[in-house]
Amino acid sequence: MSNFSVAFRDSDIATILTVCGELDAHTAPELESAIKKCVDEGKIHLIVEGNGLEYISSAGLGVFMAYIEEIRALNGDIKICALKPKVFGVFDLLGFPRIYHIVETEEEALSLFNQGIQPV
Amino acid sequence: MSYASGIHTLTIPSATRCLREVRKFVTQHARQAKLTEKHINALTLAVDEACANIIEHAYQQNPDHELTITMTFESKRVVVKIRDHGLPFNREGYQRPNVVELSRKRRSGGLGVDIMRRMMDKVEYKAHENMNEVRLIKFIRQSE
Repeated sequence: MSNFSVAFRDSDIATILTVCGELDAHTAPELESAIKKCVDEGKIHLIVEGNGLEYISSAGLGVFMAYIEEIRALNGDIKICALKPKVFGVFDLLGFPRIYHIVETEEEALSLFNQGIQPV
Repeated sequence: MSYASGIHTLTIPSATRCLREVRKFVTQHARQAKLTEKHINALTLAVDEACANIIEHAYQQNPDHELTITMTFESKRVVVKIRDHGLPFNREGYQRPNVVELSRKRRSGGLGVDIMRRMMDKVEYKAHENMNEVRLIKFIRQSE
C-alpha cells in the first residue's frame, strides 16, 4: 500500500493538489501523474498544499523541476503552500524558494495567482 | 548527553518500495542512540538518497538484487555503510547541480548526491572488485 496520496480540488482561480504522506523515489511518480493529468486537462494554475506531507526526498523535488518550465511556458505556475518546517527545510536547502513561490497558506497562494505575480 | 553505541544491519531488495523500511530502520536506531531530531532527519534523508541512487543507477531499477546498510554508532560519530554489487558510481561525471538549470532543462534527477553531501560531514565512495560501498559519516558534538 502506498504511503502517499494526492487529492484534487478546483477553486475559481487554481487547482489545489493536497498531498499527504511521504514523497520519495517510490511515490514521486504518483505526484508526477497527478500534475501531468492537470496539465493534460489544461489546468495550469496549480497549488500544491503540503500540510499533510511528512517527508520529501530529491525524487519528490524532481517532480517540480520536471514540470515548472512547461507550465510557465503556458502562463501557468505551480505554487507550494503549508509545508511543515521539516519538509520546507529540504526545499530551502536546495534553493527552491528562489524560483518557486513557497508560502504559508493556501490563501496566500491563491492571492498570488489572483494578482498575477510570478516568481522572479 | 551520551550516545548509545552499537552496530545495526539491514539488507533489502533493490526496490524503491523498500525505502520506507530503510527510513524506519535509520530513524529507529538513531532515536535509540539519542541523536537530536535534526541529526535523525539528516541521517534518514541521506541514507534514503544513497539507497535510491543505488536502486536507480547501480541496479538500473532491477529489483532482483540486494543492498546492505550497516549503521555504526560511535562516541563521536555515526557511520553508515551501504554496499551493493551493481554498477559503480561515476565520480568523474558528477557536477554539483543547480536547481534553476535543472528546471530549465526539465530534469527531475540530479539532486540526491548533493543532498547527501549537504546532510553529512563526509561522503566517501569505495569500489572493490564486484562491490561498491558508499560511506556516510556524521560527527556528533556532545553539545548538540
